Amino acid sequence: MSEYLDKVRQGSPRVIARLITAVENDDDVAQDVTTELYGYTGKSYIVGVTGPPGCGKSTLVNELAKKFNDQGKSVAVIAVDPSSPFTGGALLGDRVRMSEIAGREGVYIRSMASRGTLGGLAQATSTAIRILDVSGYEIILIETVGAGQAEVDIASVAHTTLVVEAPGGGDEVQSIKAGILEIADIFIVNKADRPSSLQTVRMLEMMLQLGRPPVSKHHASLPNENPFQFQQDLNPSSQWQVPVMKTVAIEGKGIYELIDKLKEHQDYLVNTGELFERELQRSRQEIERLLQNQIISRSRHSILAEERDRFVTAVARREMDPYAAAEQLFELANSRSF
Amino acid sequence: MIGNRQPRILIAKPGLDGHDRGAKVIARALRDAGMEVIYTGLRQTPEMIVNAALQEDVDAIGLSILSGAHMTLLPRIMTLLVENDMSETPVFVGGIIPVEDIPLLESLGITAVFGPGSSLSEITNIFQEFLARE
Repeated sequence: MSEYLDKVRQGSPRVIARLITAVENDDDVAQDVTTELYGYTGKSYIVGVTGPPGCGKSTLVNELAKKFNDQGKSVAVIAVDPSSPFTGGALLGDRVRMSEIAGREGVYIRSMASRGTLGGLAQATSTAIRILDVSGYEIILIETVGAGQAEVDIASVAHTTLVVEAPGGGDEVQSIKAGILEIADIFIVNKADRPSSLQTVRMLEMMLQLGRPPVSKHHASLPNENPFQFQQDLNPSSQWQVPVMKTVAIEGKGIYELIDKLKEHQDYLVNTGELFERELQRSRQEIERLLQNQIISRSRHSILAEERDRFVTAVARREMDPYAAAEQLFELANSRSF
Repeated sequence: MIGNRQPRILIAKPGLDGHDRGAKVIARALRDAGMEVIYTGLRQTPEMIVNAALQEDVDAIGLSILSGAHMTLLPRIMTLLVENDMSETPVFVGGIIPVEDIPLLESLGITAVFGPGSSLSEITNIFQEFLARE
């Protein structure tokens, strides 16, 4: 029997916490954990919560976790905050808004620093989700770093993605820009007790009426010519009507309605088969990312530093263009490692 | 890829005083020293603090107390750490702690006590020194 599987299934918070730390600090551990646990994952319902800084993500997560837990469900929270690009340090402050649920039986909260990953999550987030999944948490809530426009990784990790906005952000052109607004399964206008909230709701509804992007609206889709893009699920032409909901998370208002809507979306995913389509997309993206990592690390191993430096200097001196340098280095690596 | 051991520190305010400027200054200083600092906010019970330390798998705990209740709160926290098999986690305390209380706190296993006037570099250095020992 596998070492990790036993440990994780017993599921003590201490063991889970330590394993997540090990995964964060060591890619080899992440690989081993994934190898051993992957076949047992897929039982948790994963909800992503994203939106700009200060819109109320943590407070909303706190309320959701509380009400799910009240209904007898076990809930794990992963809250990601950014790492400093200068020192590598981080201030992880999402727990401040989660005091109410911290320490409840059946609730586990983990703060995670992004450690330089740009898409709004940390590199270790997906492996941490697997650990929590196998240890039996029914609901996993993922809070991204405060996201602006392009942090869309959450959509390829979560079953349901909530995009939270606070009233008064941006004009109508902001709302039709590509990026974060395309990944929402449910829009939430939080702090809806503010007078300008109606305007924000209308703006989002208008944006939704303008139509969906032609390609799958979920996930930062890969270009069509990509070999990993299977033809049959290019356009799932989702029938889901993205709702715009209002909450006042700090007072717990609108949370039960949101939970009902989450259930509705979950049923929709299962009944229409879109759940599996999303799994395909997620798997494709993950394989692609790992493949990239492998190619990069393989070329790093098989090319000497002096050789690489020679190309770097040539490009800096305009003796060679960067495309040509990359191509020649790739061929050099290929000729040695295969 | 990213394979460095990044120290994780819990900064918490046990008890009922509402002044967290000090805790935030320390959190910021440790962040700038390259650590991942989990800040839990005001009015934490000993149970909440130890639970957070356990779930977050921290390498050290920093507590800020200005209320004068340290002789009640800190022994409770130390007991809970032992009960949760975390007695090896270093615990640092800052705030208004009378000098005559310090020996007793140290006998409970508190690693160090920082009073008013401690410099930030002194504090981050001691954290780093203890983290390096692990």
